[in-house]
Amino acid sequence: MAHILRKRRLNPTVTLMEVSAPLIAKKALPGQFIILRVDEDGERIPLTIADFDRAAGSVTIIFQKVGFTTELLDSLEEGDDILDFVGPLGRPTEVGDVRKVAVIGGGVGCAIAYPQAKYLHQQGVSVDVIAGFRSRDIVILEDEFRAACDRFYLTTDDGSYGEKGLVTQKLQALIDEGTRYDLVIAIGPIPMMKFVCKTTEPYGIKTLVSLNPIMIDGTGMCGGCRVTVGGQVKFACVDGPDFDGHQVDFDELMTRNRAYQEREAQVRRDHACRLFHQEVK
Amino acid sequence: MPNMSPVKHPMPEQDPQVRSGNFQEVALGYTAEMAVEEAQRCLQCKKPLCVSGCPVNIHIPEFIAQVARGDFKAAYEIIRQTNGLPAVSGRVCPQESQCESLCVRGKKGEPVAIGRLERFVADWYRENVTEEPPRPASNGVKVAVVGSGPAGLTCASDLAGLGYEVTIFEAFHTAGGVLVYGIPQFRLPKEIVRHEVEGILDLGAELSLNTVVGKTITVDELFEMGYRAVFIGSGAGLPMFMRIPGEALSGVYSANEYLTRVNLMKAYREDHDTPIKHSRAVAVVGGGNVAMDAARCAKRLGAEHVYIVYRRGEAEMPARAEEIHHAREEGIEFHLLNNPTRILSDGKGSVAGMECIRMELGEPDESGRRRPVEVPGSEFVLDVDTVIMALGTTPNPLIRSTTPGLETDRKGCLVVHEDTMETTREHVYAGGDAVTGAATVILAMGAGKKAAAAIHAALGGRG
Repeated sequence: MAHILRKRRLNPTVTLMEVSAPLIAKKALPGQFIILRVDEDGERIPLTIADFDRAAGSVTIIFQKVGFTTELLDSLEEGDDILDFVGPLGRPTEVGDVRKVAVIGGGVGCAIAYPQAKYLHQQGVSVDVIAGFRSRDIVILEDEFRAACDRFYLTTDDGSYGEKGLVTQKLQALIDEGTRYDLVIAIGPIPMMKFVCKTTEPYGIKTLVSLNPIMIDGTGMCGGCRVTVGGQVKFACVDGPDFDGHQVDFDELMTRNRAYQEREAQVRRDHACRLFHQEVK
Repeated sequence: MPNMSPVKHPMPEQDPQVRSGNFQEVALGYTAEMAVEEAQRCLQCKKPLCVSGCPVNIHIPEFIAQVARGDFKAAYEIIRQTNGLPAVSGRVCPQESQCESLCVRGKKGEPVAIGRLERFVADWYRENVTEEPPRPASNGVKVAVVGSGPAGLTCASDLAGLGYEVTIFEAFHTAGGVLVYGIPQFRLPKEIVRHEVEGILDLGAELSLNTVVGKTITVDELFEMGYRAVFIGSGAGLPMFMRIPGEALSGVYSANEYLTRVNLMKAYREDHDTPIKHSRAVAVVGGGNVAMDAARCAKRLGAEHVYIVYRRGEAEMPARAEEIHHAREEGIEFHLLNNPTRILSDGKGSVAGMECIRMELGEPDESGRRRPVEVPGSEFVLDVDTVIMALGTTPNPLIRSTTPGLETDRKGCLVVHEDTMETTREHVYAGGDAVTGAATVILAMGAGKKAAAAIHAALGGRG
């Protein structure tokens, strides 16, 4: 059981929860994730750790309502408990010796990009953040990012806030201006990560991506989270979730992540009553 | 006068046509009359060979004598002296290659149905005896058990029985390890596993769920927390794949993933949220018990055709004869001496068939089994929309990579002293698949038992 200490809606579909999990908070490092289960009949879903407070013994998760389980999770309130909460899983991000880094977040991926920026900034690394959103109404963590980097750039697809355009265009512009990055960290939708990697590849800039394949146990048992990296089968739960983006087969990952889309739509229709029940209790 | 029938009393079973459409237990168990009758087939040998074939040394003739007398409670107490999980081992042990293979009655006819009797006694006790066994007095010595599968549960059971303060750390949200995520409901009902776990907790052991040793807590931290010994029974690890084209397609599962979705996450039940593909035709690649389990689950989920694809012949299959027999009865189709060469895509990223090549058996290889050799030009396509790879596993890296001083062999299995199950780290013991690679439930139980005895000896034998 993990107690929900704080809940904050970041935008209409994205929620932040600070959860009491002292053992996880003690160990967590940027890049790692947890697996949770909301109730007895629920599925196990992985969520990357968005922040942690070792002194307070708390871990922050940020999630988007994309399916049945995330909607069920979102129906919980401060003071409620999450039934199962396990971690920290996966390997922490390994950046090596770097001086200038671009951290790029796309949409809800910014929730995971943020702790990376914060951690590197605290270590004295020069950090540029490029945060991309579809439009102004879904912007999250702007103030947090501004406090965790040297230069902050915000883009929206429709130009309703910040600069109009894609994160890749901004990154290209910064590179063209002569900014020399030792490392780019890209976290967001698979197509975004893929195109950030295509942008950095000609310049030979090392690019780390955080992958989010379908997962069950998260401890190296089921093999559901396998991804092809550099032609080899890797397991995101024990070998990742961070990988060298220039080696990742993004198209394959995208196909694999769509495996249960139809079933998910059906579950949402059929189980609406259970969600409703949760909300009125 | 013993019952001189040359054959075992048959096991009542659900009809194959009916059971292939449900997840209820296949074998229904003996009645009391059947058990007494079968027990009377035991000759009560002065020097019983059967016991030497049992990895946990059950006093077999003694318990069977009690069954023959109709004293099932006394029979249970004899089994329980050496076996912490009788309802489990009575169901999933390969008795035909252990105790029963050594039974004198087997020389002329069938051996005594030791496994079925063990199961009967355990089930009878669970259904008829509600009194809790007395809780042993604590000796105040803390021992950590990592993993709640058959190795960990057995070790915990023995140590708790001796008065140790045992904590079992389990990564999943449910205790039981492979007994709950791997072995299907129709072979081992989960209510039975839960009951066996509760029996161990009744002895005073504690259970810490959702705790991944190697991640949430390290082995070194367990010692800092006051645990005097640690037993690692973390089980098997990452599934193996064939490295053929198409294995990343949607609709290709490892047996671990498929079985976990079905068994642990109850994907076969409408009231559970975990999804699973409802397949039309399924190919399961492999010839072990896990392959049989996956195939039989797929059939129960409604697949019209389920194929076992195995590169050798039936004689070489590692699965138990009984499992192969049950699978055949349920309509599983066997494509023996066939090997997959690639998995075909429907153009949208899902499985649209599996290309196989026929094999023939050549000279024996290093395992002593005849090596399968491809027949050139014999490729054909099996019409399937799902492929399940049941090829075995490689050891889990989480604990060895976070515990200094733990040596592993070339395959990544933990190295232990055979007599004590102690690893290369003092006071750290290990057993089960983490040491042997994928093996049986009862071997894991035997290892947990041996480790418990060694831990008791090393910690002064107090209690």
